[in-house]
Amino acid sequence: MTQTTHGLGGLKYDPTKRTRAPEWNVFLALVIIILIFEVLNRLNGSSFLFNMRDNMPGLLNKQRLDIMILQVAITGIIAIGVTQVIILGGIDLSSGSLVGATAMIVMSFAQTALVNGNPNPKAVLGDWAMDLPVIVPIVVGMGCGILAGVVNGLLIAYTRIPPFIATLGMMVTARGVARWWSNGQPVSFPTESYGHLSNGDILGTLTFGLLSWPGQNPAVVFVVLAILFHILMTRTVYGKRSYAIGSNEAAARMSGINVDRHKVLVYTVAGCLAAVAAILLTSKNLTAQAGMGVMYELDAIAMAVIGGISLSGGRGSILGTVLGAMIFSTIISGFTSIRLDAYYQEMVKGAIIVAAVVLDQWRQRQRARG
Amino acid sequence: MSDIVLETRGLTKRYGGVHALEDADFILRAGEHVAVVGDNGAGKSTFVRQVTAVEQKTSGQIFFDGREVEFADPLAAREAGIETVFQTLALADDLDVPSNLFLGRELFKWRFGPFSWLDRKAMRDRTLEALKTTAVKIPNVDNPIRNMSGGQRQCVSIARTAAFASKLVIMDEPTAALGVQETAQVETIIRGLKERGVPLILISHNLRQVFDLVDRIVVFRRGRIVASLRKDETDGNDIVSYITGVKGGADAVDA
Repeated sequence: MTQTTHGLGGLKYDPTKRTRAPEWNVFLALVIIILIFEVLNRLNGSSFLFNMRDNMPGLLNKQRLDIMILQVAITGIIAIGVTQVIILGGIDLSSGSLVGATAMIVMSFAQTALVNGNPNPKAVLGDWAMDLPVIVPIVVGMGCGILAGVVNGLLIAYTRIPPFIATLGMMVTARGVARWWSNGQPVSFPTESYGHLSNGDILGTLTFGLLSWPGQNPAVVFVVLAILFHILMTRTVYGKRSYAIGSNEAAARMSGINVDRHKVLVYTVAGCLAAVAAILLTSKNLTAQAGMGVMYELDAIAMAVIGGISLSGGRGSILGTVLGAMIFSTIISGFTSIRLDAYYQEMVKGAIIVAAVVLDQWRQRQRARG
Repeated sequence: MSDIVLETRGLTKRYGGVHALEDADFILRAGEHVAVVGDNGAGKSTFVRQVTAVEQKTSGQIFFDGREVEFADPLAAREAGIETVFQTLALADDLDVPSNLFLGRELFKWRFGPFSWLDRKAMRDRTLEALKTTAVKIPNVDNPIRNMSGGQRQCVSIARTAAFASKLVIMDEPTAALGVQETAQVETIIRGLKERGVPLILISHNLRQVFDLVDRIVVFRRGRIVASLRKDETDGNDIVSYITGVKGGADAVDA
């Protein structure tokens, strides 16, 4: 039986002809892009994904994959938050700057007093802030994310200014904070345990050595957060409200959803995710700089858009963004692998973002017509 | 007088100098279906917007369910038991039918603030049930509303109202944009409400429909109620005379 009807004497409906989930198209695009770069590399006698050196073990090109995965993970965590904001019908331009500000502040609480027996040359705060337990910088970082997110949310929900403007203000302000915090000086030399946040082997610890992925903690966190928020967006009232507000805010309000409170919540979640990215990034690099996270907000938005998240709100999924993030990172690495100049990379990146939005608009028109 | 569901006394709404609604005295009794008719700009929708608190009245009193009420917003009115189908549909286009039916009053497996777990199966089952009782034809309730025809969307909106109807249903031109078949479906829903004894205020331009469905017809003209007639005491021509101002006292003032 392939035909079922819902309702009384309803129209015939064939479940096998149900439209494919849009994520499939994104996945297909990812596979095609990987294949294209593999072919382009093979033409030069090298490989995109596979290990071609005889003096190195392993089937895959581990070096390139490690870089790609790290790239996906850090920006991807931000993109998970940005995706929720876009589904809500908003936009968050502040996440990149927030990474910068949070990085500087967090690092100041993660420093160690003695470097090779000498006092820490990059010390920002006094002795009291040295060699604190690792939980302190984490809490401080999350506090930064929550604060910025709440301010974004309150501005947007209660002053009714466009999200673009509110988060643009936060973007400039947070970057200012990042530069002011240590007068533009980098903040370095964290405690060993702080460095372990990103460079340790959390997967090994959690699975008692059953699995192991040293140095890729950001990727583990990214996967966990992606699954968590995918579930929240599809199975809980949190997601249902986000989609409803992004789809028709007036209807959501009319239906008794506390739209303003929900907006504050979602922007706060986005702020927290940017803070998580900042913590992992500084832990990975063992240093914080005021320029950290520049353009990350646009990369995150691009990942979401490539992953099929509609900028007009109400449509898309975390899974889409994860795939979008993988496409994004594949393209960047792919260009590097075929030795395309960095300047061209930026230009092509811009073109891809625009193309993704054009495609989204086109899909919407198709749908409206169909 | 406990059988009065809704009563307004001297209900007035002014937009600046415009007297959109003037001194409206209106009574709706238990189980009664009343039509509100009138020309464009006669104050029908304004009247509904005051009752449902989409706008705040300038003056006058509203009594609902035996006591005077001052609803702060449409939500408060809905919580008190007034379900409304607005002219502009209050649907979320990107959500499927169950999500729209249960928008803002979802069913949960377990509750934990904003992260409460949705009971999707129960919502889907109850949606199919609700659609069955309203005879609304939707080929696939799991599709987003976006992909549905105007008629189907309107039917979802009305099915939602009918499914949750408790004390009073208000429909503002529910069939204005519908085809013949879809209009018939909506009328079936309205008859179902009558059988269940749910009182209704129906705003409509369609006099055939009005005479088919309701017990009493209230005519608005230039912001005033100019007539309240039982269906069996009047006919189409009579109503049109009131609508156009051939009959009724209001004309003497502003002729």
